Amino acid sequence: MTALQEVTPQEREGVRREALYFAVRNGKLLTGFGVVAVLLVLGLVGPLFTDVPPNQYGPRPMSPPSAEHWFGTTTFGQDIFAQFVHGLRSTFAVGAIGGGIAAVIGMLVGFTAGYRGGVVDEVLNMLTNVVLVIPALAVLLIVNAYLGIRSVAVQGLFIGLTQWPWAARAIRAQTFTLRSREFVDLARMSGAGTWRIITREIAPNMSSYLFMTFILLFGGSILIASSLDFIGLGPTDAVSLGLMLQNATQWSALQLGMWWWFVPPGAAITAVVGALYVANVGLDEVFNPKLREL
Amino acid sequence: MLRLDDVTKRFRIGALGGRSLTAVSDVSFEVAPGEVVSLIGESGSGKSTIGRMILGLQPITSGTITFDGRPVRQGKEFYRGVQGIFQDPFSSFNPVFKADRVFAMVKDAYFPSVPGPEWAARVEDALRDVRLNPGQVLGKYPHQLSGGQLQRLLIARALLLEIRLLVADEITSMLDASTRIEVLNLLAELKSRGLGVLYITHDLSLGTYLAERTIVLRRGSVVEMGPTGQVFGGPLHPYTRELLAAVPRLHQPWDDATPVDTCAYHLNGGTGVLAEAGSGHFVACARLSTCQ
Repeated sequence: MTALQEVTPQEREGVRREALYFAVRNGKLLTGFGVVAVLLVLGLVGPLFTDVPPNQYGPRPMSPPSAEHWFGTTTFGQDIFAQFVHGLRSTFAVGAIGGGIAAVIGMLVGFTAGYRGGVVDEVLNMLTNVVLVIPALAVLLIVNAYLGIRSVAVQGLFIGLTQWPWAARAIRAQTFTLRSREFVDLARMSGAGTWRIITREIAPNMSSYLFMTFILLFGGSILIASSLDFIGLGPTDAVSLGLMLQNATQWSALQLGMWWWFVPPGAAITAVVGALYVANVGLDEVFNPKLREL
Repeated sequence: MLRLDDVTKRFRIGALGGRSLTAVSDVSFEVAPGEVVSLIGESGSGKSTIGRMILGLQPITSGTITFDGRPVRQGKEFYRGVQGIFQDPFSSFNPVFKADRVFAMVKDAYFPSVPGPEWAARVEDALRDVRLNPGQVLGKYPHQLSGGQLQRLLIARALLLEIRLLVADEITSMLDASTRIEVLNLLAELKSRGLGVLYITHDLSLGTYLAERTIVLRRGSVVEMGPTGQVFGGPLHPYTRELLAAVPRLHQPWDDATPVDTCAYHLNGGTGVLAEAGSGHFVACARLSTCQ
């Protein structure tokens, strides 16, 4: 009888509860999200505890980490910890906005093209390929230079608008193979509409794939934002991890042995993207019942 | 009940649909309530395409398919009366959800007002009807069940809907011999309750087991159609004879099919119109491909 009760309308809720059960017992997922959460919290609350503006020149240049300057100072005496926590904030923001927008557009285009097929697919695929071959960085350069983009949000928006094509292609291909499965026909014969089939039948089969798409776009957005910051087209009033890395290179931190300048931002970018990957492997194990039993 | 008139299906293939492939051409037949009609043909003969068109899963290029006089159309109302079961039970279940979700989907769509316990009882009854032990199959993932169990779950699902027509597309080809006969007997029982079945298969012996009428399909066209006894007892079209000769038999070697030189139904050649050879027994010209 216990098994029978799962056929009741609460079944969907049961599926969620079951996923949660496996989620809180998955080490990879907890580790990955833990690392991301720590850095996110640091970026959110860190700036509240530093009274120095991140770009203000200080009296003690080039000093290694100390009690006063936790992460040391730059050639100009700027406090690296202050830069780091502010930089984390804008890096997370640009990653989330850019990656989020690109993921949403990529999924919409990918699912529509893959599910509809035919002429719709041809048109969307053509559009995707056109955007794919546009040199995104060059377009971003022109757009940023002419529109004078100086805020993290707008930078994220433009990155998102140019990053989606490969995600759309990947999702389209995956949707193609899933839509011809017979469970899609069975859902259709259970009275389900197209939208419901895509969200309830096809998407759950590739949930970890979709999350991975977002992670890659998130990481990609951070790197593109760093490149833009590097050539001076990033937000002028803010500081980002990419900008810190760039300044460190520009002022020969490596040659001068100032490891404390480039290690924190480099390690943070690596940690965020790496931790999201680990979390994704964990998510796959949570959502895929076949992997759970391993 | 179900009626097909000159149904044709052309697929557009190649870049921008530049070329076309005719999968089904001018197929007409009927299925009455309580009648089992078997549709026999080799791989690529278009039999599954016909099944999918009847189920509204694929658009028709030309011709009409009607169920109770109304053209088939995707939608809850239509699927309440007509359901299909396909060849591969593993592909018919969404692997990330439990197998009994197919019942929950039926309840959500068709019986939202039935109280949970009553629905659970109905599901149990349907499972017993297909000789499954509810405790063994409910709450399991598809990969934890066997092909035969999954296939019978799908039949149980169709039973819950009180359907009148079942399109059974190669439903026994993935089953082992003993499960196969159980499923066939189950269909026979459902048939006696008034269910019409379109039994699509490439296996002639299974086709004869249940069906009153047999339709032999070749390259998208009907070559012979009639009461099962007549089609199998006195096959007129050389292709049907070839098919029958190819059925494996114990203690008897295969004989080579006799080549076709003459055709009694050549009059209709080239037009694709079937000639009536006996009461309800129709046959196509054997030299269709060569006569112009």
